[in-house]
Amino acid sequence: MSEFLQHLINMLVLGGTYALLGIGLTLIFGIMNVVNFTHGVLYTFGAYIMFIVVQQLGLNFFLALPVAVLAGWLLGAAIELTLLRPLRGSDIDTTMLVMIGAWIAMQSGALWIWGGVAKSVTTPFPEAPLVLGPVSVSWLRLFVLAAAALLILVTYLLINKTSLGRAMRATFQDHDTASLMGVNVDMIYTSTFAIGSSLAAAAGALLGPVYVIFPQMGDLAAVKAFAIVILGGLGNITGAVIGGFILALAEELGAGYVSSGYRDAMGFLIIIAVLIFRPTGLFARAERVG
Amino acid sequence: MRTAITIFAVATLASVPLWLRDPYLLNALITTGIFVIGAMSLNLLLGFTGQLSLGHIAFFGIGAYVSALTSLGFDVGLPGDIRLVHAPWPPIAGFALAILIAGLCGYFVGLLSFRVRGAYFVIVTISFAEVVRLVALNWVELTQGPLALTNIPSIALALPGFGELTLRTKMQNYYLVLVVALVAYLLIARLVHSHFGRAMRGLMENETLAVSVGIDVTRTLTIAAVISAAIAGAAGSLYAHYIRIIDPEVFAFINTVTMVIMVISGGKGSLAGPVVGGLIFGLLPVALRPVMAPEAQWIAYGGVLIAILFVLPRGIVPSLAQRFGRRRSGVTTLAPVALAETAAKEPA
Repeated sequence: MSEFLQHLINMLVLGGTYALLGIGLTLIFGIMNVVNFTHGVLYTFGAYIMFIVVQQLGLNFFLALPVAVLAGWLLGAAIELTLLRPLRGSDIDTTMLVMIGAWIAMQSGALWIWGGVAKSVTTPFPEAPLVLGPVSVSWLRLFVLAAAALLILVTYLLINKTSLGRAMRATFQDHDTASLMGVNVDMIYTSTFAIGSSLAAAAGALLGPVYVIFPQMGDLAAVKAFAIVILGGLGNITGAVIGGFILALAEELGAGYVSSGYRDAMGFLIIIAVLIFRPTGLFARAERVG
Repeated sequence: MRTAITIFAVATLASVPLWLRDPYLLNALITTGIFVIGAMSLNLLLGFTGQLSLGHIAFFGIGAYVSALTSLGFDVGLPGDIRLVHAPWPPIAGFALAILIAGLCGYFVGLLSFRVRGAYFVIVTISFAEVVRLVALNWVELTQGPLALTNIPSIALALPGFGELTLRTKMQNYYLVLVVALVAYLLIARLVHSHFGRAMRGLMENETLAVSVGIDVTRTLTIAAVISAAIAGAAGSLYAHYIRIIDPEVFAFINTVTMVIMVISGGKGSLAGPVVGGLIFGLLPVALRPVMAPEAQWIAYGGVLIAILFVLPRGIVPSLAQRFGRRRSGVTTLAPVALAETAAKEPA
């Protein structure tokens, strides 16, 4: 029983960052209809920003997170402006392949700059975990969960309470009509991609210190993000949050009770199962596009 | 004109081992040839039915593993105290089984994934390939996991009157790959020009219209997926018996991307496209090797993929064919309807 409780605690911590990853991808996928293969690279990028700020510049750990979010935002905006804006109106396969090209180039760039040796980040948290009866959780992981929850809340408010969010939701429903109503659709696309990218970078910056940082770390993160988006339904933020926690639970239980080698297979199996049995996602709403 | 070009191309390819003595270059040509076969099979799906499969390497890898395990033998325990023991068979039987089993996998994936289209189809195929990779990595008793299957025997051909010929040298393997590639090319060409091929292209251009004239969508797509997977399996088998060592890295996503780049750059929906694109991108790393660090090579690879999509979205062969005014032959280019659609979609 205590083992199961421990899995639940781990699920909460992991699920928070997975939700961040999923929200970022579901926004881009849902609003722009772009299958964003650079999402994993942005995750890696965020982790390396953490490494640079903390280890190389010697600055404060808590300062590194906002820097990573900002850097992710800028890189996302740059990708959108240079690669996606010129291809507006071309079919989904073309933009998907362009994103794959950008992913290969950027990941190899990370390998070139930082090398293949895994990096770790020292954190200001005590080594000893917080023990609560039969379960224990490290302070760093608690911080990760709290920061992820905060970022999810901010994103939720941004989408639902601001005029930018309203324009984004309008574009999601019908970009032609939104455009006729005076929404600058180009600007919405760039903002969406930048916001989604900054969330991926935040997830990387949060999980990087928990694990280690290496150039290919984003590949699995990207697949997990796709699994979450498919679980939650396209463009569905609440679905992405729940999907993030479901995936984390499946991984924890899979690793704990099946075999740790198949931990990473859970995301793929979920994708295949959901698309076969419930292709509109678990929490589908009627207005789903795409 | 077309026949002349074809004969010239085949004759040039057949003459290569006679004047090219560098074993490194010959090796690059053989592995490129194997990937060209994979790219041709991908083109059957991507270029003629419009379905982008990004898990194509799964069938290639399954073919490689089936062929290797058939010729090496194995002894694995299954749940319920059953032991599955297989004594080594000749590699040529492995080649046949690789085609069969890869085709079977293609059938199931095709059946399942054509229920979902577009981006979802892409993601299902990626997931399938990754699950297969994780199984190859973790089922150590069967596949040796990351330790790899080693000492895979070379393919041996039983020639009447000559006894058995084991293909060990690079020159022999070059001709083997060339022959298999030609057979695959002719098979795909025959298929594309048949009634079935017209059904496939009809589906790609306008599914609603195709259904209304009585084309069975699922059946057509499933058959295309089976043939495509079987050819990829054959390529995987050649790879296993040529390289003679197979590990789970064969399923790496980058290998699928390589095939996709070959098809897109050469021209999807063109029979010669994957061959031209495949030769360029298979040999590009060889050309870049002396001048660039490996990481920089991959940066260039990604950059070239983006550049092709921006500059030559339809690929090299269709663009050349159009320039030389052969677009109405309908053989190496897309049908006019598809052309018109593509043109309409492209931003000015």
